Amino acid sequence: MREVVAEMRNPVMLYSIGKDSSVMLHVAMKAFHPAKPPFPLLHVDTTWKFREMIAFRDETARRLGLKLIVHVNKDGLKRGVSPIASGSQVHTQVMKTEALRQALDMGRFDAAFGGARRDEEKSRAKERIFSHRSVAHAWDPRNQRPELWRLFNTRIREGESMRVFPLSNWTELDVWEYVQAERIPVVPLYFSKVRPVVERSGALIMVDDDRLPLNPGETPRMLRVRFRTLGCYPLTGAIESGAETLDDIIAEMRAATTSERQGRLIDTDESASMEKKKREGYF
Amino acid sequence: MSGTSSAALPTLRLLTCGSVDDGKSTLIGRLLYEKKLIFDDQLTALERDSKKFGTTEDEIDFALLVDGLEAEREQGITIDVAYRYFATSKRSFIVADTPGHEQYTRNMATGASNADLAIVLVDARKGLLTQTHRHSIIVSLLGVRHVVLAVNKIDLVGYAEAIFREIAAGYRKFAEPLGFRSLFAIPISARYGDNVSSLSPRMPWYEGEHLLERLETIEVEDDRRAAPFRLPVQWINRPHLDFRGFAGAIPSGRIGRGDPIVVAGSGRRTAVARILVADQEVERAEAGDAVTLSLADEVDVARGDVLAHPESRPEVADQFTAHILWMSADPMLPGRSYLMKIGARTTPASITELKHRVDVNNFDKLAAKRLDLNEVGFCNIATTMPVAYDAYAENREMGAFILIDRQTNETAAAGMIAHGLRRATNIHRHGMTVTREAHAAQKHQRPAILWFTGLSGAGKSTIANLVETKLHARGAHTALLDGDNVRHGLNKDLGFTAADRVENIRRIGEVAKLMTDVGLIVLCSFISPFRAERRLVRDTAAVGEFIEIFVEAPLATVIARDPKGLYKRALAGEIKNFTGVDQAYEVPEAPELVLNSAEETPEVLADRVVAELERRGCIARL
Repeated sequence: MREVVAEMRNPVMLYSIGKDSSVMLHVAMKAFHPAKPPFPLLHVDTTWKFREMIAFRDETARRLGLKLIVHVNKDGLKRGVSPIASGSQVHTQVMKTEALRQALDMGRFDAAFGGARRDEEKSRAKERIFSHRSVAHAWDPRNQRPELWRLFNTRIREGESMRVFPLSNWTELDVWEYVQAERIPVVPLYFSKVRPVVERSGALIMVDDDRLPLNPGETPRMLRVRFRTLGCYPLTGAIESGAETLDDIIAEMRAATTSERQGRLIDTDESASMEKKKREGYF
Repeated sequence: MSGTSSAALPTLRLLTCGSVDDGKSTLIGRLLYEKKLIFDDQLTALERDSKKFGTTEDEIDFALLVDGLEAEREQGITIDVAYRYFATSKRSFIVADTPGHEQYTRNMATGASNADLAIVLVDARKGLLTQTHRHSIIVSLLGVRHVVLAVNKIDLVGYAEAIFREIAAGYRKFAEPLGFRSLFAIPISARYGDNVSSLSPRMPWYEGEHLLERLETIEVEDDRRAAPFRLPVQWINRPHLDFRGFAGAIPSGRIGRGDPIVVAGSGRRTAVARILVADQEVERAEAGDAVTLSLADEVDVARGDVLAHPESRPEVADQFTAHILWMSADPMLPGRSYLMKIGARTTPASITELKHRVDVNNFDKLAAKRLDLNEVGFCNIATTMPVAYDAYAENREMGAFILIDRQTNETAAAGMIAHGLRRATNIHRHGMTVTREAHAAQKHQRPAILWFTGLSGAGKSTIANLVETKLHARGAHTALLDGDNVRHGLNKDLGFTAADRVENIRRIGEVAKLMTDVGLIVLCSFISPFRAERRLVRDTAAVGEFIEIFVEAPLATVIARDPKGLYKRALAGEIKNFTGVDQAYEVPEAPELVLNSAEETPEVLADRVVAELERRGCIARL
């Protein structure tokens, strides 16, 4: 993080409100102490995030006294793009990937921190810590700069940018253990609670507001659930769990038999779908 | 930085290497599977993918779990470094899975640069291959000190002890000069799991540990803490006037509050006033900690400086020898200017001499004039700024550097410093009593290098001659360097290969610099087709004294002019390496002047050069 601040002109931190973002932000607060992190936070809001996420986001920025930029793809909103009407692929493309490119271009940011970890997904396992992006924000996995020792080649041409992943070498368990050790606040959705859910293609979807159309005969059930990852609520599956504390979550993780992104509907659209999205500029 | 898992031993960083199809990815997949570290949904996807892409018929193809990218799935090879993370009850592991193909050797070096241990895989049917040697030598060069030789596919040779013994003995002999601290040989079958995470009943003759046990228990000595204290300053933390902190990660040694400290470059001494590790003020910190130090006195410290223990300081030099691994498709040519990044310092640097190429198949030293992609060389390197370093063999982080191509920004090479050639702290350049300013003042001019570049026949020499005539008429002191007077004397030993062209321009740049030191306006007229060489001369010259003049004319025009009949011969294939015909001309990106000789007369163009010199104050206005 210090390397980015020392070498890049105008960095920004992608803040997605999840546990990884919370950890990344916490590390940033430490890295620059006693100064404040010398960059703003950017949240790309699809307008379909859980309400608790938005409340947590605003509270976090206020508590830490950091500048928060919230960007919504207004054009996509005008066109009526949503996970319900357009399907997860189009929604993700327009409201996340395109929106992110818009926000980075508008802010003229030449470096963006992201909380992605290499253990999350196969194509992410090959991502560099300093990952070069073309003027069009595209990732070329066949032509990445070799990354030796801890020497990062940060040089870019005008208009190009870097995505930087400080948590590359952390695992999901590392993240939770760190959250516990440092008592880092996270969105309450990670903890078990009785919530209204419906079952869709094998996933438990929480009815977070009245925009989620119910199928004929479908009524939300009240179940004890929590989330392992957070995204747009109609695309994020909950798990049945009684884990109410960090200790419970870590115990549950150690015994887990499914991977964390299993609840994410956007990864399974097609084989190698994460790599495709990443090439187009998704985080 | 990996989290806080409560394992007894520190995280083990390892890499797997070997030839294509030796089963590297399969081995990692097998380890994860056996330790139940593959999640159910991943296993379901794996079973589905095995049917689609797999090479193991009805069984699960573990390699698919690890080979992440689409392209390599289709080709069945690993094309990049993939990192895998797993933990057992005893230890956490970070595995770099690296490619076997020769063209991806640079990625293997990348994996090795941060690894404590290497698993070298060998196919029991094929034995030791050129690739096995190559990878072991690279692993050794990059300072990996512990090796596991995994003789894989032992099932395909009937679990034969004799075959394993022969391969293991051959490897021990080969590896003797590589300086590994430990070498452990084991027969395995990654496909069936023999000796992977339990001892195989099919090899009762094997009495050692199984692979995972070896990995879980090996101690990779952490001598970083015992080494002298170093802190490359990464960032200056200055939130308000009362605090000035120097932030960085400690690569070696320990430091305590009140300890004396020295700035390696300037030799200024002071003491540590406060130590912050993150937001906590602490008494002591050590290798591996990311710290912010504040010092007792106001001393001049910038990003890239190294803070060190005063009794055992790093070397400071601007010339040293190093091994470099070339990683760019463009060859390394001695004399070309690159950016060197070492620690937190970035400085222009050039390879002044390639002493020899290292044959990574057998460690032989070969004579060479250039290095191509994936080749290793031993060379002399000169930097513009002095650099504080330790030899790579003694301190990995203080002796490692990368070279960055200044045009493409790609990482062109990885380097490991062997030793310094000239201590910058001991340099006392001969004090000139007549300064360059005095020389120039006596001539009533300011020195400059007018660098005319362009295709043969574009009109460079014609214009340069006219400019010199006009300057001489106004009483200016000049010198003219062109192909005719340089190629026949100073550079008569050089030909027209790319390497010789680089050296040609380097010498001309040095001569021009000496001439500007005595106050002359130097006119240089050379095709000089490569941007990198022109930049090298620009960097050699004093700031603002290099004036790049692009004499522009379309290729069709110069071929039609062909004053010396050279294009005709080049097009007929009689002259090789002729710029514009079979060698590229790289157009200047930001020349100080562009002269279009197809549209204006040499007379008009020469006047524009003279006007530019007036504008810059090099000569007085008339």
